[in-house]
Amino acid sequence: MDLLKLFIAALLVNNIVLMRFLALCSYVGMTAEPGPALGIGWAVTFVMVLAGVVTWFLNVFVLQPLGLTFLSTLIFILVIASLVQLVEIYLRKSIPSLYHVMGIYLPLITTNCAILGLTFINQREGFTLIQSIVNSIGVAWGYTLAMLLLANLRQRIKHSNVPKFLDGYPIVFILTAILAVAFMGFTGMAK
Amino acid sequence: MKQLWKDFVNGIISENAVLKLMIGLCPVLAISTTVVNGVGMGLATTFVLLGSNLTIALIRNIVPKEIRIPVFIIVIATFVTITDLSMAAYFPALHKTLGIFIPLIVVNCIIMGRAEAFASRNTPVRAIADGLGMGIGFILTLILLSGARELLGNGTIFGASLPFKGFEPALIMILPPGAFFAIGIMIAIFNNLFKLKRDGGHKHGSA
Repeated sequence: MDLLKLFIAALLVNNIVLMRFLALCSYVGMTAEPGPALGIGWAVTFVMVLAGVVTWFLNVFVLQPLGLTFLSTLIFILVIASLVQLVEIYLRKSIPSLYHVMGIYLPLITTNCAILGLTFINQREGFTLIQSIVNSIGVAWGYTLAMLLLANLRQRIKHSNVPKFLDGYPIVFILTAILAVAFMGFTGMAK
Repeated sequence: MKQLWKDFVNGIISENAVLKLMIGLCPVLAISTTVVNGVGMGLATTFVLLGSNLTIALIRNIVPKEIRIPVFIIVIATFVTITDLSMAAYFPALHKTLGIFIPLIVVNCIIMGRAEAFASRNTPVRAIADGLGMGIGFILTLILLSGARELLGNGTIFGASLPFKGFEPALIMILPPGAFFAIGIMIAIFNNLFKLKRDGGHKHGSA
């Protein structure tokens, strides 16, 4: 039950994009079409869960026993960068069909701050391994949800009459603000 | 000297990272609830940007091309760790409010972008001018945005309340949706001003 609450909190209440302001670069940059938005969503989910597990083991079995937590920033970013490389090489060689779906988005993911942010959140909350995995999935799906919502909204406004003053990126942020107002309705569902 | 000035001014308006290039948005939106937070974040980012720009410009001829990205990441992460620990020691309250956004300076696209696009190709002096300009452009954006949000959402300026009564702050401006509203409007204003300025420039015959 607690795990479900944790999942809902990560997915909706503290939505990584709309409430925590992470991964905004890809959020405004990659949502012109719903297709790529979904592709990058899957790639992020994959890497987030892997990064969540790997950094949990590193944090609990290496950094904390040796008193090296002040090096987390340095180590986590290196772990994520190499993880993305490994996943890309493995997918290209072994599962070409999956590589075809999300491979081209993988290199972009290294600098996606949601992934590094997630590893810090997991570390600071002191989650267990299971909690880390549930939280990672929740955050990743929350990210995908926000991406899909915006991508579809942007498809709709293509044919509507946007004020000239707000044309381009400004209207995207106004849409996001309205989405964020909607997501604030989830406040209180779970902590 | 003229070149240095050009490098410096470049980052403030014509290539303002947040408003023009749309990078480095995450910390800008997340911590712009009060001006103090905004300035703190801006200074921390500028320090990292200056340090990494200088270091990368100094080692640009030693680092092999193929492994430059990991090297840049390590340089940037080192400066971020220095900032993180110093802020925790000297400004514990600010450090706590900014939270994970201090370590997340590592993945701020502004810093990596300048390392790759400018510092790795130019002399250390020019890299510093560029870092200063970019940093000041970033701080100015943060001051404007956080000033507007603090005034409208909390009814204060720099933490001091307004000298007159009767202004009812709209709480939504310091909540997450307010950040998106504010940056949307700000980018729209910036785009329109910039367009006006460019047209004006043509009229006077200067490129």
